[in-house]
Amino acid sequence: MAIAESVLEIVLATARGSAAARVSTVWLELGALSQVEVRALAFCFDAVTRGSVAEGAALEIVTLPGEAWCMPCGDRVALAKLGEPCPRCGSFQLQVLSGEEMRVKEIAIA
Amino acid sequence: MCTTCGCGQDEVRIEGVPDDRRHDAHRHADGTVHAHPHRHADDPDEAHTQAKEGGTHWHRLDDGTWHEHGHEHGHTHAGALIGGLGAVHAHGVPPSRIVAIERDILAKNNAFAGANRQLFADRGLFVLNLVSSPGSGKTTLLVRTIAALAGRVPVAVIEGDQQTTRDADRIRATGVPAVQINTGKGCHLDAHMVGDALAALPCGQGGLLFIENVGNLVCPAAFDLGEAHKVVILSVTEGEDKPLKYPDMFHAADLLLINKVDLTPYVDFDAAAAIGYARQVRPDLPAMRVSAATGEGLEAWIEWLLQGAAAATAARDQSVLALRRRVGELESELARRAPATSPA
Repeated sequence: MAIAESVLEIVLATARGSAAARVSTVWLELGALSQVEVRALAFCFDAVTRGSVAEGAALEIVTLPGEAWCMPCGDRVALAKLGEPCPRCGSFQLQVLSGEEMRVKEIAIA
Repeated sequence: MCTTCGCGQDEVRIEGVPDDRRHDAHRHADGTVHAHPHRHADDPDEAHTQAKEGGTHWHRLDDGTWHEHGHEHGHTHAGALIGGLGAVHAHGVPPSRIVAIERDILAKNNAFAGANRQLFADRGLFVLNLVSSPGSGKTTLLVRTIAALAGRVPVAVIEGDQQTTRDADRIRATGVPAVQINTGKGCHLDAHMVGDALAALPCGQGGLLFIENVGNLVCPAAFDLGEAHKVVILSVTEGEDKPLKYPDMFHAADLLLINKVDLTPYVDFDAAAAIGYARQVRPDLPAMRVSAATGEGLEAWIEWLLQGAAAATAARDQSVLALRRRVGELESELARRAPATSPA
């Protein structure tokens, strides 16, 4: 719920700054390795937006792929989940580069 | 939050006192406070049917189930979307416009964490966020650690639980100052709560500050409290594959303590395997095997703590030295530029 509330806070601040009457859509970028359960977030988002200019807003989620630096390979590799090895060489010596993002990307307002 | 269970934040208490300030006033990371009207989220259980205006992608149906759908379901759109990432629809209504935000969802918590971190640095505190399942032995380990430190460095503790002050009471019984945060329905501590607890904690310069998080191997991983390190505690009664099942927490940790090793003869736990699994999600994670009950293995843990505390104090002293030097330079510069006043 706190994640949904944080999203709402960011959305409302932007809506106020743009003198928006309504927010129709909210786009989130969530990394594949981030710690958000999407269904729960959608549920909570619906709850927290009621009574605000974002009530009824659509929630669009863009999933960003996970990427890590594989030390033995000396190269960037795709990482679908934490705990998985390098898809090329099978090593676990991985440094996560991206995929942990949780961002409010943009909103559509009227 | 709880990114998974939807727990609320309305019942936080610090030492039994409701943390009302989070409702009626905001304390910003820079210290300014402003008031705003109390707002309650509507009851999320009220029944509600689907098809909202504007093309909602998540709907809760009358039977309570949630489903996701795209624009191909036939419902009307009240607004048109131009540009952005979604499909473009034009229905002869005034267009919406897209406003870019690009802001981290946890930016607010991170700002409070940053303020905490600065305060810790200013005081030369070595701060540790102890995380684990409930019942791994965090509090017992803390009590044992305090005894083993034998007053070599100052120690203070912030305790986090849903309810009761039992853990803070146990710490205070050792003679060390402690503050209890009760989260109510909440399942993790956040940086704002820790900032408020610090205000109530008699904690001076230098030494160790332990933050014992709510027992939970999931949610605390996401919340920076301003600590130097997350220390994850896994007891031998818990199963060696926990790091694979709860990767976020082990990924976020800088030290793994395997506790209750005195029970090893009675359980089917492979400590080497557990450490190996943890290093799959967090390469080269340092690990120690300890028993809070018998004191086994504590020397390495105490040594690690003392080194951290010394480094934090040294860093603060360096800052103070650097600041003093800078003040001296500025004073000289001012004196050089001040117009000379001739004696009367």
